[in-house]
Amino acid sequence: MKILVAIKQVPSRDSQLKVSSSGRWMEDADLSAEINEPDAYALEEALQLKEKHGGEVVALCAGPARASQTIREALAKGADRAVHVEEEDLGRFDLLGVAQLLAKAAAEVKPDLILTGLQSDDLGYGQTGVILAELLGLPHSTIIMQVEKTEAGIRVKRELEDGWFQHMTMPLPAVLTIQSGINKLRYATLMGIKKAKTKEVKQLSADGLGVTAAPKVSLERVYMPQRAKQTTLLPGTAKEQAAKLAEILKFEVRVL
Amino acid sequence: MSVLVVMEQSRLAWHRMSWEALAAGQQMGPALGIPVAAAVLGHGAAALAGELGGKKLDKVYHVEHELLDHYTADAYTVALAELVDMAKPSMVLFPHTYRVRDFAPRLATRLGGLLVSDVLRIEVKDGAAVAVRQMFQGKLNADYRAAGGGTQYISIQAGAYRAEHVEAGSAEVEVLTPALEAAQIRIKVEEPFRESARAVDLTAADLIVSAGRGIKEQENLSLIQELAAAMGAEVAASRPICDNGWLPMDRQVGSSGQTVAPKVYFAVGISGAIQHLVGMKGSKCVVAINKDPNAPIFEVADYGIVGDLFEVVPALIEEIKKAKG
Repeated sequence: MKILVAIKQVPSRDSQLKVSSSGRWMEDADLSAEINEPDAYALEEALQLKEKHGGEVVALCAGPARASQTIREALAKGADRAVHVEEEDLGRFDLLGVAQLLAKAAAEVKPDLILTGLQSDDLGYGQTGVILAELLGLPHSTIIMQVEKTEAGIRVKRELEDGWFQHMTMPLPAVLTIQSGINKLRYATLMGIKKAKTKEVKQLSADGLGVTAAPKVSLERVYMPQRAKQTTLLPGTAKEQAAKLAEILKFEVRVL
Repeated sequence: MSVLVVMEQSRLAWHRMSWEALAAGQQMGPALGIPVAAAVLGHGAAALAGELGGKKLDKVYHVEHELLDHYTADAYTVALAELVDMAKPSMVLFPHTYRVRDFAPRLATRLGGLLVSDVLRIEVKDGAAVAVRQMFQGKLNADYRAAGGGTQYISIQAGAYRAEHVEAGSAEVEVLTPALEAAQIRIKVEEPFRESARAVDLTAADLIVSAGRGIKEQENLSLIQELAAAMGAEVAASRPICDNGWLPMDRQVGSSGQTVAPKVYFAVGISGAIQHLVGMKGSKCVVAINKDPNAPIFEVADYGIVGDLFEVVPALIEEIKKAKG
């Protein structure tokens, strides 16, 4: 089975965000970056499927030059090769434009299965995999907790709301968006890191793929949210904060 | 020009968030000066369509087909694409449910549009709709506007609008039978099921101490357990803690776990992603301990401590023991 995994590089989770002077994005030049966590689970699922059924895992990433770090990590974990759609300013595309870049690149790989995380930790649209499926004319399912290969295709377990699940089957090729926690993430081994240096990373560009930016939706402004609730922040040292909170819990909230 | 609200039902029972989306639609119609319609898809859904006919709407579409008996993304996309092509709405609203996340991006793409997902509110500026949504796990808000003249597709976040604001009235119901064929449906679905019954019922707990990523390592959970023991509280967690297997899944609070409303909810090292907030924002009192002053959890906290939980929690355990005497 040839499995394509779409991965994204995002700012690290504990980044302190600051809105940029344009008011349309944040200052991201100095932020440290990491693989989008749900995509890490999608990659792990692809690696496990390959270990079980054989085949190849190809990592696909659209992003600036510095995304090559995330691509190398995917190769170090065990992806066989990678495709990097290098684009310094992905922000000039809307979500559909980015999905078009990925779809064009995916079509060249001709995978049996495409996996990606269910959403990104930065923009959080949760749509890329589904749009990709539509652009490629493939069946899809989302928020997947289990993937089994069958004679005719795959059988997957989809998470529904409130603790419900559902199994479904579909033919291949297909697109799945993977839920975090579906598997246990592996670390790259020293051997893996060494091998990654020699693995192929194919460079593509928006121009080369024939995708031009024609946004249907424009991001007008980003800003810090206003607080809806008046939060009483407790000042002081840890000990002072703790003492004050215990007092509030005892005399105001009355639960002690 | 009109607003179309796509309602959600399973086994002929409404998804409660449908009414929140409908409330959003009923506000947007007058704000934009355009009519409002609502649609229900299903098999044997006449009673649901009739119920919608009792709401303040200009039109109700009852999309009826036996292949819509169970949800599949393929069938919903075909049926709704036909409805949108016919009704030509300028704005389509959905509740941001798991199902909508599954099919609405596909539908919008097929119709040449783009869904703005998980929207907090829609503002009208210069006669145009501006959709506000969160980014970076709720740390930032962002305003989106349609760039072309096409239909806007927007899914509404849980709790963003209030179901009780839906206005009654009367509307004509039009029954539509989409041209849907079994061959168009590539996915075969099985019956939904629940995993083994929940061992822990957090919904009954008066006090909950909940841990998030901030605790860093499994061993540090003992700190949370000690705080819970001192308080006489149940231990809970946000999704990543359960994903890691540090606590069983039935201790999870949030959209994929339990929805709780205790007297006091301690969020320790929880940043407050929306998936978590929807599961606990009904708590009577929320106490948040987090090192990031901009963490969204402080949006819903009554009392907040900005600091290192590894210093604050041990001190708090001591103070609580003292206060309890």
